[in-house]
Amino acid sequence: MIKDVSALLAAHPVFAGMASDRLDFVAGCGWNVQFLAGEAIFRFGEHADRFFMLRSGTVSIEIRPPTGPTHRIETLGAGEVLGWSWLYPPYTWQFDARAMTDVRATAFDGTCLRDKCEQDPSLGYELMKRFARVVTARLQATRLQLLDVYGTPG
Amino acid sequence: MLPRPYRVLARRVDTRDTVTLELAPVRDRQAHRLAAPHGRSRPGQFNMLYAFGVGEIPISVSGDAADRGRLVHTIRSVGAVSEALCRLRPGDELGVRGPFGTAWPVAEAEGQDVVIVAGGIGLAPLRPALYHLLAQRERYGHVSLLYGARRPEEMLYVDELKRWRSRLDLDVLVTVDKATENWRGAVGFVTTLVRRAEMAAGSAVAMVCGPELMMRYAAAELLGRGMAAERVHVSLERNMKCGLGLCGHCQLGPSFVCRDGPVFSFASVRDLLQTPEV
Amino acid sequence: MWLEADAPERLAALLADRGYRVIAPRVRDGALVVAEVDGAAALPTGWYDETGPGRYRLARRPDSDPRAAERFGFTIAAQAWKPFLHPPEVRLLRAERASGGSLRFTPEPPPERPLAFLGVRPCDLAAIRVQDRALTASGAEDDVYAGRRQGALLIVVECGRANATCFCASMGTGPGARDGFDLALTELLDADRHGFLARAGSDRGRALLEELGARPASDLDLGERQRLLDATARSMTRQVDGEATRAALAAGAELPMWGSVAERCLTCGNCTLVCPTCFCTTVRDTTDVAGGEAERWRSWDSCFGLEFSAIHGGTVRSSAAARYRQWLTHKLGSWHQQFGESGCVGCGRCIVWCPVGIDITAEAATAVRQAARSAETAAGRGGRG
Repeated sequence: MIKDVSALLAAHPVFAGMASDRLDFVAGCGWNVQFLAGEAIFRFGEHADRFFMLRSGTVSIEIRPPTGPTHRIETLGAGEVLGWSWLYPPYTWQFDARAMTDVRATAFDGTCLRDKCEQDPSLGYELMKRFARVVTARLQATRLQLLDVYGTPG
Repeated sequence: MLPRPYRVLARRVDTRDTVTLELAPVRDRQAHRLAAPHGRSRPGQFNMLYAFGVGEIPISVSGDAADRGRLVHTIRSVGAVSEALCRLRPGDELGVRGPFGTAWPVAEAEGQDVVIVAGGIGLAPLRPALYHLLAQRERYGHVSLLYGARRPEEMLYVDELKRWRSRLDLDVLVTVDKATENWRGAVGFVTTLVRRAEMAAGSAVAMVCGPELMMRYAAAELLGRGMAAERVHVSLERNMKCGLGLCGHCQLGPSFVCRDGPVFSFASVRDLLQTPEV
Repeated sequence: MWLEADAPERLAALLADRGYRVIAPRVRDGALVVAEVDGAAALPTGWYDETGPGRYRLARRPDSDPRAAERFGFTIAAQAWKPFLHPPEVRLLRAERASGGSLRFTPEPPPERPLAFLGVRPCDLAAIRVQDRALTASGAEDDVYAGRRQGALLIVVECGRANATCFCASMGTGPGARDGFDLALTELLDADRHGFLARAGSDRGRALLEELGARPASDLDLGERQRLLDATARSMTRQVDGEATRAALAAGAELPMWGSVAERCLTCGNCTLVCPTCFCTTVRDTTDVAGGEAERWRSWDSCFGLEFSAIHGGTVRSSAAARYRQWLTHKLGSWHQQFGESGCVGCGRCIVWCPVGIDITAEAATAVRQAARSAETAAGRGGRG
């Protein structure tokens, strides 16, 4: 199973090009998960100890204000990485994530990976670099979303 | 150049501020030598539409370029002239001059994968290209339509989108910036869809239309996937008054957008788009 | 050929007789203008102009001055011939809406009488040809311009002196005229004689010479013409390096000069009004109160106006720097790409009529200098790696 997950990781832009022993290590921290449509994947404030590689289905990133409806900020689909709060203190989720459809994903043990990164800083640096790309791409898209370019000016 | 009178055959409300008009030339009136010829437009071209007594504005053709009997335009009400055009009803007449401008490279794209990226009302000038691709489907590789709108209720051609979605030979990916409770689809800026488009990036052709900012970033995403800047095409908008390259208003660097555009390859305009106030 | 000093008046009378609308220079309101000849041509004999950046003076030579008899002792009229070929305001069409809603469009009829321009300076002749290329290229012909240009008779008068703001020599547009005219005159005045060397550039020109009874010119007179033109060219103090400027502007969007010129430029658009090649226009649709009749009018517009580059969402070129950059880059740069030649003919009017005296030749030189410096810096950076 490790080899299957390794292959999955190697094919993904976030991990592509990583040395195979490191890929195997990361893969070793992974296991397959499923969520049913409507199921919460994680909630704001919970301890962030894992990240997910989505294999099928759609996940919605949401904010639930005290009153009124939940705001769906963004959706992620197959092939996307869900979750980076496991890498950065305070290691808690900043948003809710919910399966909009049935979702199949591979979950990775963030705590285990973090400990290994502390011991092996070069692995840590590599993972930081790769996840930083995910965060920046998301930030860029969010900024454009904020600009409301289709709206009528003034 | 003299406008030709056209009559509104049908009017359809697309969204709160957008209307699609189906027009036909008024044939029973004596045509003048100087009147604009009723030319068959090519996908991507535009006409100057004249609302009697109010003014004239450039609007892209949004219907099937192959249909000689009907001229279709989708108009967003943002000013005096567009508002007047949006208020026209079947039987009303307006003036039409054109078609003007360069077209989407539908011939050049034959044999390749095609990615169509539309933002907001940008889907209107792209629809004729999609019609052409679908009418000659066997001449193209994989075809995707990536469409981003502000909100679900501001999407254009919703019925048609559903029909296109059900085709097996067309990938339709839709996203909105801001979701409503009932929206079950993707949420996020349209550039996030580019990642998911299936294409042989080295040879694929892209046609991108929407607000200029959206086109800039969508083009960057497409280039990031390995597409050549010469094969990414955008449709630009500048202040157009004559449509003929004579009034000087629409200049973008050395180009007259009404005559050398509005469709340009991204390679040819990339530097200009990056220079502020050019 | 040779014509006597009364040739201009005789030409004006002859052409008016033939049904031409004769336009010629005259003094009016303290400036030298070109206007329709009403009755006998009132040429500005003895008048001369002195110009500088933001400066225009018109004066008349005292009768004791040997040059007081000169008919064309000035350099150029304040406004060129543009208003006659490319009118400042013109109706393009009329539209009617019948009670049932049906629309009918009616174009404007072409002008009834052809134009005859008497006294076109070589720089202004070059400007007319520049506008010919811009407005009547194949595929997009300006009907209004074409209707007035077709059949227009051009009588050039070459320049015997230059002003401080003239730079036609460096632009290759003067002070002599090579072709493109029906008739070209050169005024020669000295103690012995006063008249015009005349060259025909067309059949119509040749016919006019015959009618006026022109006699062959002497080699001495031909030599005198060349000496006069050479002296005029040599006396010019301003110049533009056309090719170097074009190249500098092609990559010059970020040059520091735009910010500095913007501190002086009022974006008043005077330069575009007096420039003989500027052709930008805008349209205005109007309707009568009842809503049954509408008109479309076209009028001159300037890229210095804020609304010029307005699109839904705002104005693209909102800063003065961007608007000045647009004008200069178009005139001396991208005009080449659009029409295969420079948009500037070296008449210097923009220098004269700029309220703050911005000098296009100085700005062009600045562009060349700053572009070279910027290229050096870039090369230096690259080399240091």
